[in-house]
Amino acid sequence: MNDYIVFFDSGHEPTLELLGGKCASLVSMTSAGMPVPPGFAVTTAAFDHFVDGSGLRAEIHARLAEIDPDDVASVDRVSAQIRDAIESREVPDDMHGVLRSAYAELMARFADEVPVAVRSSATAEDLPDASFAGQQDTYLWLTGYPSVSHHVRRCWASLYTSRAITYRLRNGIPDEDLSMAVAVQKMVNARTSGVAMTLDPSNGDRSKIVVDASWGVGEMVVSGQVTPDNLLLDKVMLTVVREHLGDKHAELVPDAQSGALVEREVEQARREVRCLSDEELHAVATMAKRAEKHYGCPQDVEWALDADLPDGDNLLLLQSRPETVHSAEPTSPSAPTTTSGTSGFSLSGLTASLTSC
Amino acid sequence: MTIEQTMKSFPKPSEIEVPAGAEGWEQLYPYNLVFDNAPGGDEKFWFCDSQHWPTVFKPFETIGGEFAVKCLGQYNTRHLLIPPANGIEFKIHLGYLYMSPVPVPEEEIPARVPEFERRAGHYFQNWDSLLEAWHSKVRATIDEMEELDFEPLPDVVPFDDIVSGKAMDGSQTLMENYDRLIALLYRNWQYHFEFLNLGYLAYLDFFGFCKEAFPGIPDQAIAKMVQGVDMELFRPDDELKQLAVKAVELGLQSAFANPDDVEGTLGAVRDAGGEEWLAAYDAAQDPWFNFTVGNGFYGHDKYWLEHQEIPLGYIKDYIRRVDEGQDIMRPVEELTAEKERIVGEYRDLLQGEARQHFDAKRGLAATAYPYVENHNFYIEHWTMGVFWRKVRDLARVFVDAGFWADPADMLYLNRNEVRDAIFDLVTGWAVGAEATGPHYWPAEIERRRGIIDALATRRPQPALNTPPAQITEPFTMMLYGITTEQVQQWLAGDEAGDDDAITGMAASPGVVEGVARVITSADQLGEVEEGEILVATITAPSWGPIFGKIKATVTDIGGMMSHAAIVCREYGLPAVTGTGSASTTILTGQRIRVDGNAGRVEILEG
Repeated sequence: MNDYIVFFDSGHEPTLELLGGKCASLVSMTSAGMPVPPGFAVTTAAFDHFVDGSGLRAEIHARLAEIDPDDVASVDRVSAQIRDAIESREVPDDMHGVLRSAYAELMARFADEVPVAVRSSATAEDLPDASFAGQQDTYLWLTGYPSVSHHVRRCWASLYTSRAITYRLRNGIPDEDLSMAVAVQKMVNARTSGVAMTLDPSNGDRSKIVVDASWGVGEMVVSGQVTPDNLLLDKVMLTVVREHLGDKHAELVPDAQSGALVEREVEQARREVRCLSDEELHAVATMAKRAEKHYGCPQDVEWALDADLPDGDNLLLLQSRPETVHSAEPTSPSAPTTTSGTSGFSLSGLTASLTSC
Repeated sequence: MTIEQTMKSFPKPSEIEVPAGAEGWEQLYPYNLVFDNAPGGDEKFWFCDSQHWPTVFKPFETIGGEFAVKCLGQYNTRHLLIPPANGIEFKIHLGYLYMSPVPVPEEEIPARVPEFERRAGHYFQNWDSLLEAWHSKVRATIDEMEELDFEPLPDVVPFDDIVSGKAMDGSQTLMENYDRLIALLYRNWQYHFEFLNLGYLAYLDFFGFCKEAFPGIPDQAIAKMVQGVDMELFRPDDELKQLAVKAVELGLQSAFANPDDVEGTLGAVRDAGGEEWLAAYDAAQDPWFNFTVGNGFYGHDKYWLEHQEIPLGYIKDYIRRVDEGQDIMRPVEELTAEKERIVGEYRDLLQGEARQHFDAKRGLAATAYPYVENHNFYIEHWTMGVFWRKVRDLARVFVDAGFWADPADMLYLNRNEVRDAIFDLVTGWAVGAEATGPHYWPAEIERRRGIIDALATRRPQPALNTPPAQITEPFTMMLYGITTEQVQQWLAGDEAGDDDAITGMAASPGVVEGVARVITSADQLGEVEEGEILVATITAPSWGPIFGKIKATVTDIGGMMSHAAIVCREYGLPAVTGTGSASTTILTGQRIRVDGNAGRVEILEG
């Protein structure tokens, strides 16, 4: 058993060295009950075995040694040669089919082949200039194994762009242990999406969860282009306290052909109904609660229900970030102050509550 | 709200047409309970307490309503001096009980506060010891009631009484025992409310705090936080489950082929070597079979003790489920864990002083509130069970003397007429002539039966006269679910129709779809099949075994703290209560969707 491939929902230890920062985070979120769009990591072990087993490591080392740091042309030439080698070299025999079968395993989860995104997942993303280190490539709407395989190699190769090589030379970062993981992840095909906040933003009440939801991809909710369904839930019981249905006149839907989102009008019948069921709403709120617990402070969660996934397994977490407006306030917004005692029973409190009505 | 709606009223009592054949109905009830004889009948706002008295009173049965509502009032008004609330005035109209809460005049409230705090404070501070004493007092009353005999009078005074010079004929025992029976019942009804109002008060206090601290918190969340998980109300049902498990362990299943034959079933158990089981069965009966399929307020209520085919039938069903590998015990651990989760999560939302208040108020409510659920067994089931049994014993003495044909006929006399009838009986016996009763009562009972039957053809008006703009009386809202919204909904009637949904209280969470089974009397419980949704006018605690079979409950009557609500939360089943009309709108066999989170019931298909 090798560890070249790690699926996000495998329950694997989210180790940074093996998975890179992005994939480690995707694995740990899935384990914590916040499922991200399904996919897998092509690990640093896979990259290492590729460059070691194919003899590339020595070759790269030798070519890098040829560089004259002051000669931009020599950097460009070496960069091109290395990247070309990474993109074209056969993988070692014992790695044959590893990526292909992982891709097939992912696709087997859906009725049809679905587009994926391929992203680099660096082990040093926390470096202040990670982008200069050439570790933030993202390729969207890729369909079919040849394209996926090609873009995984492009991510690998991005370690050796001219800019990355120069950056390392200037900052004295050694090349020896350089490695990278790559995320292959399903593109979200949002039937319904929205945001969930683990407090009531109108008054900071933390006993509530507010869910905004609309048809299609969530961008129109976030940017305020549609009036979404607005639901206020009790955070403990997850029951609906208040519900307001928006008109949801338009939706953004992915167009796999063009690899872009297209806006279309929502037909009347769908505008008038809530865009998520009771069960789905419950799932969204439960996930938002988990995110709040996981991160230890009120969260603002972006979520989507993916049309390609079966009901019950189709809720995906796209992003969770701390809510900043109210989070600094004390947690009890309107703590009643009718009782004078601090322990045991105080009758004056009870009397006050009886005589106030 | 439109002006038209605010002006809407319920009918005045004097305007409601008397059903044909019920003319003269007011003569059957105490003069002080009839609107015509007292001021305010056509002015005050009255609501019908169909939660406790869903069917028409026979004259004798008013005793439960009179004692209960009178004693409820005395604790507010005279014992505790609850600052804003006196008791609840009550009347009977066309056979149904109507209530009107009596507020304390604004200017008198402040003066009551220190006395209230002194009195309620004493109870809350000494809750456990006072409650222990309560159990002894109630038990002693029941024991004394059990001792009362109602035997036919002898042909002649025994010679021993001649020798001893007793000089009394025994009729005094009949008369004294009857008076004693009534007095003992009255005593336990006074005890009934000793803790009840305080239990509700502590609950209301915590309720108000939660509504302020967590705006929009569901009522059922608050209920779950104070409710006892292991309630005495569930004890009779638990006893049956344990007996079923024991029967399976001992291999006695085949003895339960026909539980309607009580003697045959118990004999079959004995023949199968089930002595150990029979001992356990006998032990469970005292006191747990003092359990009614009704609510204790009606003479026709059946009690397990006298109708053992009911518990034996339930045991048979539990045996089947155990044999099928089902876990029939209530998920007490899960319920406890869920309760702790809810308490913990709300508590975590508060800090500092607010959290301390939460702890203090919840602590008090959790101490005081279980009484609200547990007292029911001791009074409505046990005390009333013994009471009605003694009433039937007395009624049989009259049957033997030719006063009427069936013991249940005595319910057509009011309790003071029964006293008169006893004197008629003993007079005839003493003088050696015929009593008058046998010549008077049979025809009179038939006449009254006709009136009661005519009244019973009508459902009661939910309320009478013009409601106040806002209903604020805490007990009314809490005990009866009489809120401003509820009253408006009643007034809106058919116009309210938001699509086809039936609405009520979101009493226990969850959403399910299933086939409806409409039940209008306990005798139909045998019809309920596994996986159906129970639709009933009202449910009773002894229906417990049914709740292990069904998927959800819908009732016409009852609030957040009604029996159906409590039991469904306990069993983790969705419930919508107080719909007003579910049992008359939904038909058995229809697929319905019950949303216990939103309080909605939809008919999906016929």
